[in-house]
Amino acid sequence: MSAPTPRRLTIHILRSAPGDDATPHFEAFRIDESEGMTLFIALNEIRANLDPSLQFDFVCRAGICGSCGMLINGRPGLACSTLTHDLGTEFTLAPLPVFAVIGDLSVDTGRWMRAMSERLETWIHATTDADLDAVEPRMEPALAEAIYEADRCIECGCCIAACGTAQMRPDFVGAVGLNKIARFRLDPRDEREDADHYALVGNDDGVFGCMTLLGCHDVCPKGLSLRSQIAYLRRGMAAQGLR
Amino acid sequence: MDSSVEAHRAGGAWPARLDVAQSATGLCLAAFLMLHMAFVSSILISERAFYTVARFFEGQYLLGTSHPAIVSGVAAVVLLLFVVHAALAMRKLPHDQHQLGAYRRHAARFGHADTSLWGWQAATGFALFFLGTIHLYGMLTRPALIGPFESADRVWSGRMWPLYLVLLFVVEVHGGLGLYRLALKWDWPRGVDRTRLRRLKTAFSVFFITLGLVSLGAYVRIGIAHADHAGERWTPALSTAGR
Repeated sequence: MSAPTPRRLTIHILRSAPGDDATPHFEAFRIDESEGMTLFIALNEIRANLDPSLQFDFVCRAGICGSCGMLINGRPGLACSTLTHDLGTEFTLAPLPVFAVIGDLSVDTGRWMRAMSERLETWIHATTDADLDAVEPRMEPALAEAIYEADRCIECGCCIAACGTAQMRPDFVGAVGLNKIARFRLDPRDEREDADHYALVGNDDGVFGCMTLLGCHDVCPKGLSLRSQIAYLRRGMAAQGLR
Repeated sequence: MDSSVEAHRAGGAWPARLDVAQSATGLCLAAFLMLHMAFVSSILISERAFYTVARFFEGQYLLGTSHPAIVSGVAAVVLLLFVVHAALAMRKLPHDQHQLGAYRRHAARFGHADTSLWGWQAATGFALFFLGTIHLYGMLTRPALIGPFESADRVWSGRMWPLYLVLLFVVEVHGGLGLYRLALKWDWPRGVDRTRLRRLKTAFSVFFITLGLVSLGAYVRIGIAHADHAGERWTPALSTAGR
């Protein structure tokens, strides 16, 4: 029995380069689909065989590093976790909006994430230095699980690209930022109180700016329950503000 | 994304108060909407039933005589809630052409139901600025003119039926979407299933639009039958059934 004929894929990629006079435009690339092909593999094939100038990011190829976020038929997702088999024979790829474009599908999520982290001070705040030789204080497994769950965020930027508010208001910290505050709020090692959290996200650039469009929740490649995390934070910050 | 902590530091309790007030006024208005439709649709039982409901709200059965000022008072409270809710919700609408364009491009590209539904929520909210105010002003200033003939004459001879027809669709869609968004925003009931909630939202809008259409049809029918005597007050002896 002969092997089935592979599907012929037509991939429309939004090409652009900052500083270049050419307006961003879609360019079509045609390749044969292979078994188990991900978008990451398809893009590498295009770059290897059709156009070596194509720019896109990747590191881990396993949905862990969050580097290969892009718009797949307008929907944010990771190239390495998306099988071409799940798409039609013709589809579009574009860079994630909101972030600065480096070229083609490559965007600078790092600059945005760093600014967000600095603004929300997303690290443990403690008044005493940790004793690195001592055994850490015990933590209830359920609490450790909850912290770990929020910590699974890989900062890929998909939630920001899927957020209607972030498109309209560039200073909105988005689900990634709110999830981080929710995470540090749980952590007993962080000595900050709700008043401190309120000062960081208790406004329309923070949790009260969220309009619950839930694009973030629906596209998160790690399946984080961003809807619950944001609601949890909103309830806490509302209680703090009304106190 | 601006990384400055100080530039975005939340100021006082106001952001929390405004966010809670937006939700609370919306919830109150949605509850009023449901009760209002229940009272209005009593015309489907009989003219006398609606007459009894109208007189009840004028305090006739509690105070012994009718006091239309009570209806004015209720209309004033609803108008106040309406204005406060509109003012608070306006903060979330796109502020300029750039923000509107960013939202529209995002919604069109993303094809995400909850993102697109927010556009409908915003558009129906905008329409209510005008449609809702006209109706509420009428109830505020002419509270005595609520009755089987009085209301039917306003609908037909007063040519209010086109406005009520549009208002019905707009307010029930907005109310259904608002309650849906409210439940998700505060995650109440905790962990509520979104698919189920969406079905409930649709059922809410369909039920109240249908009830409203049938009720409006009844007022139109009475209004046409009573057109030659427009302005005449309803009494049990003068009911259309008794003519």
